[in-house]
Amino acid sequence: MAGKCDVRARLLQGNESCAEAALLAGVRFFAGYPITPSSEIAEILSARLPQLGGKFIQMEDEIASMAAVIGASLAGMKAMTATSGPGFSLKQENLGFASFTEVPCVIVNVQRTGPSTGLPTSPGQGDLMQARWGTHGDHPVVALYPSSVAETFDLTVKAVNIAETLRVPVILLMDEVVAHMRERVIVPCADEIEIAWRPRPTVAPSDYLPYDAGPDGVPAMADFGTGYRWHVTGLYHDITGFPTSAPAKVDHLVRRLEGKIANHRRDITFTWDEHMDDAKVAVVACGIVARSARRAVRLARGKGIAAGVFQPKTIWPFPYEQIAEIAARVDRIIVPEMNMGQLIGEVQRAACGKCEVIGHFRVDGEPITPEEILARLEEV
Amino acid sequence: MAKSIDEYLRTQFMPHIWCPGCGHGIVLNALLRAVARLDLPKDQVCVVSGIGCASRAPGYLDFNTLHTTHGRAIAFATGIKLANPDLHVIVVTGDGDGAAIGGNHLIHAARRNMGVTTVMFNNSIYGMTNGQYSPLTPSGMFAATAPYGNVERNFDMCELVRASGANYVARATVAQARQLSTYIERAIENPGFAFVEAVGSCPTYFGRRNKLGSSLQMLETLKKNSVTAAAAAKLDPAELRGKIIIGEFYRGDAPGYIELYDGVIERAKEAAGK
Ligand SMILES: Cc1ncc(C[n+]2csc(CCOP(=O)(O)OP(=O)(O)O)c2C)c(N)n1
Repeated sequence: MAGKCDVRARLLQGNESCAEAALLAGVRFFAGYPITPSSEIAEILSARLPQLGGKFIQMEDEIASMAAVIGASLAGMKAMTATSGPGFSLKQENLGFASFTEVPCVIVNVQRTGPSTGLPTSPGQGDLMQARWGTHGDHPVVALYPSSVAETFDLTVKAVNIAETLRVPVILLMDEVVAHMRERVIVPCADEIEIAWRPRPTVAPSDYLPYDAGPDGVPAMADFGTGYRWHVTGLYHDITGFPTSAPAKVDHLVRRLEGKIANHRRDITFTWDEHMDDAKVAVVACGIVARSARRAVRLARGKGIAAGVFQPKTIWPFPYEQIAEIAARVDRIIVPEMNMGQLIGEVQRAACGKCEVIGHFRVDGEPITPEEILARLEEV
Repeated sequence: MAKSIDEYLRTQFMPHIWCPGCGHGIVLNALLRAVARLDLPKDQVCVVSGIGCASRAPGYLDFNTLHTTHGRAIAFATGIKLANPDLHVIVVTGDGDGAAIGGNHLIHAARRNMGVTTVMFNNSIYGMTNGQYSPLTPSGMFAATAPYGNVERNFDMCELVRASGANYVARATVAQARQLSTYIERAIENPGFAFVEAVGSCPTYFGRRNKLGSSLQMLETLKKNSVTAAAAAKLDPAELRGKIIIGEFYRGDAPGYIELYDGVIERAKEAAGK
């Protein structure tokens, strides 16, 4: 985007914010299958991508969409897809492939109340664990979770950048409420944001070892068609990319894949908090519920309750260290979430008995209100 | 003179995993000879496969190679072709991979006339998983999961793909290796979606269980049972039972998705400029 910078405030819908941010971050390929509440992302990109010389395709299902995204990424385009619960389930097979073969891509899952067709299309937060463990086998994923339209913009750019720099599928978990809400976003211009690309090989094709990673665990990636003829397979492979079943090499690959995320934990952990310094009771919440929690905490402070709020914007890898630190200095943590208790399990793991952890679960398809959370804060 | 096919092989991985007498090697040979005659630069060839014995082929090929998930190769290939239309994208698939779990991707790629060449290695059985029946196992034959004989009817893949809109459709058996190679060559050259069904044999699982004799006998049977499309037109259904109709069934030049999408880009840019 040459020319003068046109930073401007815009009123955007959450899905629109996601689509525009993806374009700004350099996404030039989208494959998807329609599903509410994510469809606006596809609709917007079907119009916008070809304007930028990019490609959009509506595939026959979500399995194919995920496959096409991986194919496009291998051929050198930044690629993404968007879906909701039922489609997210279908994407899991090839999401695992992308994770294992280290193909950068972004998967947006605008959650709705599940399981199955569930409540189309009321908000729900039931896919936290599916985002982490939906595909089989040990595998790394990164998942980011915005609570506002502006955060959606920011985290979408980050999702694309992390996918590229760490060569990992990045999931953007969204709430239906955020996806369909309109809010003010300060849209940056291209030269104001950091735009990352996958590490490229610096050696000649004859010396290229596609899965030979340096100390940071991320190997260099060549685009298909650029003279580096390499092999990509979902079988266990060694640094040459070809299949192996040698136990030491198998072990090395699983551990490197886990390690490359762990190594970069600090760079990819984003959180937000308010009133946590002297808090005696903390609310840990994500997505739209973090917005209600923020309001509840402000109201509680007005009533003299020493409450604070902590929002993990990065859900996976989970910010265990930060929560452990909080657990060590508060009396209790309240975890409101729109499911039967997924976030709370991780909070308990991090708190490790150091404070009381109380859940507040709402599963009727309605968002959790500030008043509900305030009532729990007043129970103390 | 055409190049030797050795140039396209990652010979360091030989011997390959295929059983003695397997027809897959003949299909691969026909494919590589087609690439050699067309003299395609290796960097510009991308071979994509799913899962199965046939789908192991890309590992042995010195191209850009992608071994994906079961049945999904054509969907991966679609993304590659869209992102880099200069690549010759060739899908290698088995009859289970391409006709069962991947059947939907196949018909939709044909419908879109996506610029991908698909070669189906049809050995009438699920080879890699030890001989269960596939959608191309002829009725009445035995398989690991059809111990009393297969009661399902088999697809005619060429009719299916043609009806779905492909620009090129042909079939030959491994007993007509040259003809098969010619078809693959034309398929690669033809714009839009191109499909070649290569009827082969699996002596280990299909042959043994159905008492079809040695791999050589199976080849001879394929040859004996092959009838050209022209000859088949003169036979009645009873005479056609058990026969394999070979030939080029369709060669068209309807615009492919890639060319049509170039038009979309043009119109989108125009609209944005307004
Ligand atoms: C999702 C999934 N389901 C099942 C399998 C098991 N599987 C591996 S190969 C195969 C069948 C392959 O048969 P075909 O495509 O005919 O190829 P062939 O091995 O005969 O060449 C099956 C069912 C798998 N790998 N993945």
